[in-house]
Amino acid sequence: MTFMKWAAVALILAVLPARAEIAIQNVTSPGGITAWLVEDHEIPFTALEIRFRGGTSLDLPGSRGAVNLMAATLEEGAGPLDAQGFAEARDGLAARYRFFAGQDSVGISARFLTENRDEAIDLLRSAMIEPRFDEDAVERVRGQILAGLASDAQDPANLAMRRFSEMAYAGHPYGSDGDGTPDSVAALTRDDVLDAHRATMTRDRMYVAAVGDISAAELGPLLDHLLGDLPALGRQMPSVAGWHLDGGVTVVDYPSPQSVILFGQEGMRQDDPDFFAAFILNEVLGGGRFSARLMTELREKRGLTYGVSTFLAPMDYAQAYMGQMATANATVADSIALIRQEWQRLATEGITAEELAATKTYMTGSYPLRFDGNGEIADILVGMQMDGFPIDYPATRNAKVEAVTLDDVKRVAARLLVPEKLHFVVAGQPEGVASTE
Amino acid sequence: MIRVLRAAAVLLFVSSPVLAEKVTDFTLPNGLQVVVIEDHRAPVVVHMVWYRVGAADEPPGRSGIAHFLEHLMFKGTDDVPPGKFSEIVQAQGGNDNAFTSWDYTAYFQRVAADRLDLVMKLEADRMRDLRLLENDVTTERAVILEERTTRTDSDPAALFAEQTQAAQYLNHPYGIPIIGWRHEIEQLDRDDALAFYSRYYAPNNAVLVVAGDVKPDEVKRLAELHYGPLAPTEGLPPRNRPSEPPQLAERRLTMADPRVAQPYVARSYLAPERNSGAQEKAAALTLLAELLGGSGTTSVLARKLTFDTKTALFASADYDGDTLDVGTFGLIVAPAPGVSLEQAEAAMDAAVDQFLKDGVDPKALDRIKAQIRAQQIYANDNTSGLANRYGAALANGLTIADVQAWPEVLQAVTAEEVMAAAHEVLDRRTAVTGYLDTAEEQGQ
Repeated sequence: MTFMKWAAVALILAVLPARAEIAIQNVTSPGGITAWLVEDHEIPFTALEIRFRGGTSLDLPGSRGAVNLMAATLEEGAGPLDAQGFAEARDGLAARYRFFAGQDSVGISARFLTENRDEAIDLLRSAMIEPRFDEDAVERVRGQILAGLASDAQDPANLAMRRFSEMAYAGHPYGSDGDGTPDSVAALTRDDVLDAHRATMTRDRMYVAAVGDISAAELGPLLDHLLGDLPALGRQMPSVAGWHLDGGVTVVDYPSPQSVILFGQEGMRQDDPDFFAAFILNEVLGGGRFSARLMTELREKRGLTYGVSTFLAPMDYAQAYMGQMATANATVADSIALIRQEWQRLATEGITAEELAATKTYMTGSYPLRFDGNGEIADILVGMQMDGFPIDYPATRNAKVEAVTLDDVKRVAARLLVPEKLHFVVAGQPEGVASTE
Repeated sequence: MIRVLRAAAVLLFVSSPVLAEKVTDFTLPNGLQVVVIEDHRAPVVVHMVWYRVGAADEPPGRSGIAHFLEHLMFKGTDDVPPGKFSEIVQAQGGNDNAFTSWDYTAYFQRVAADRLDLVMKLEADRMRDLRLLENDVTTERAVILEERTTRTDSDPAALFAEQTQAAQYLNHPYGIPIIGWRHEIEQLDRDDALAFYSRYYAPNNAVLVVAGDVKPDEVKRLAELHYGPLAPTEGLPPRNRPSEPPQLAERRLTMADPRVAQPYVARSYLAPERNSGAQEKAAALTLLAELLGGSGTTSVLARKLTFDTKTALFASADYDGDTLDVGTFGLIVAPAPGVSLEQAEAAMDAAVDQFLKDGVDPKALDRIKAQIRAQQIYANDNTSGLANRYGAALANGLTIADVQAWPEVLQAVTAEEVMAAAHEVLDRRTAVTGYLDTAEEQGQ
């Protein structure tokens, strides 16, 4: 059989509709808490995702790292239980909780069995409402965070990201590590942790999604019990970060046979009417698949790297268009030149009709595949709420992708991609590459 | 809270057992073993081919060829041009990739369930009809050298693990890194890849796993259509790799690197692997690892080192027995600031010795068994994970019956069996103890 016949088969299949068939319910509890729910009673457990907007960007000046330390210590004792007592109770119930802090949200992931749902929720509630933050627990977690920061300081990818953020978001929380610095973390007190808890986990900024073996009638009272006693109002949200970085190269000296190259420029807001065109553009340039232009030029044709990819990063208070790769120190200059060249080519020429068609079939075909499992779906649903998407978004999203035209992408390429604004941070000892300033 | 705990424990043990995943299997006349795992919750299918060959099957001096071939499998066949394989899958909205271990090499696609026919046709096509251009081979070798630099040479912890593993195995090829030693990767060529390919990539050396929204009858029809005509490799010998002699002397190594921020001590013991029809010892070792270091809060090492004496920032234990040949049991302790690696090791040994005297805390064993039982429920939410579990097990000589018995085998382990396994395995004569330490930056 020839390749043409393969391609024909592929083309025929590609027109078959593939839809995300999930029924999302909008549940409002008796106490007024809203949540998105997908019922699936096949497996006797529930996945629950909770987010509080704000995250580590709500750290007060002088207490950088407090929100992160707080989130990491939530599970270290609550109510009558110390850290070990809490872990024993959780493990005895075979429940799974995860508490985490990002720059835009504090998050809680929970998985619990139907057979002991009430006990699992009681225990989770105590961690959220009455965490102990015992001095010895804070000290133990502080030590672990400091060890993590020390490791980060030796990680070229992290060094590059830190330097890039410091320059791009100078003066804003985004410009520094949400985990804090060794000095700031060392200085945090238990009161800072208590403040961070009261300031960030509040009902005015809360998003909830549940998927699995639970009905709407059961979920409402559960949410009131779990979340109803959280404070109503939290700390004021941060201001817009802006973008303070111009085109150029910054070398961060790091002894290694290979350099990590992080590159980026200002990006696009998620609610921009052209966001889908930008998304398609990114898939073609460096979306991570082997067929992407950067992957083809740098890996497939030249063997310069194991991988290169780009991504749109719309955050709550800034937007970036970023990319990353690693290559031998000797080939950094060539790699940067090739990336600049592709950036320029796309900005002036846009993409081809073939690229647009292939990217659309990939994006529309792969979208329903994401809704695979209770945990996956809960994660998507809470993210959709934070992004301000309507509840019918999964049913309409592919049509929005299909509607993007070649001209749309060309217009967005010219507007979004600004080759002379592209900044490269290189962590390593690249040959023949020096900082531009 | 004690009341809640007791109620929970009762609930857990009186509940009826969870229905296991729905699994069907059959074998084609050419030797291809097929496993179908049904999950009709979403219109998605995972299609995987597992070859019973990995890095530990490589010819001497050709380390990395199994992994190199895995990359080259995307370079085209007589029907599909170089680089088009993934493009065709992605045009359907699918994703595809591959991975190599010491014992197996696996290729997978995840697509909408109605696209199974296409991916099966593609995968069957490259089982016997790979075509390699010299230029593609040369470029891809540069890629895997960059991969080695990224994953291993740029990461002192990875280099340290590689050295530890090499010291652990005196004779078995598990001592050779999967990605290969750099000087040997540099010498790999097209002939090495094709020789390895034509010998080992055959239906009678493969397991096909199809998981998701599919019916076994339909999978059988498609498998017969696409894989059925492929010729087996005649005379494939049994997988007898060089085996370990008695290990009589403990090995110790020290590595220092300025890029290390957090020093740690790692101890690795030789440990029996999980075998078909005889999974009990592996089950006991699995529970031993959980008890000793499975939790950062309540395990034996965490209680003693992280909480009581505050010697360690963290401590963990790990059993890797999902291997064809002899596996390992490992302990890791990262000392708290001001504690030396020697002190951390002494504290680790003292904690383990005390455990060997005290025996198993029955409450801890119950909690771990409750979690393992629940894990079965949570695991059913992840079809790809189920496919991986069956594929890896079957590629390593286990049977479907072994996989399905495993949860019960784990539940049946007694405290006495855990202690017997601990006394057998925690033998310093078979152990490697490594220190990964920081070093001063060298002047330029």
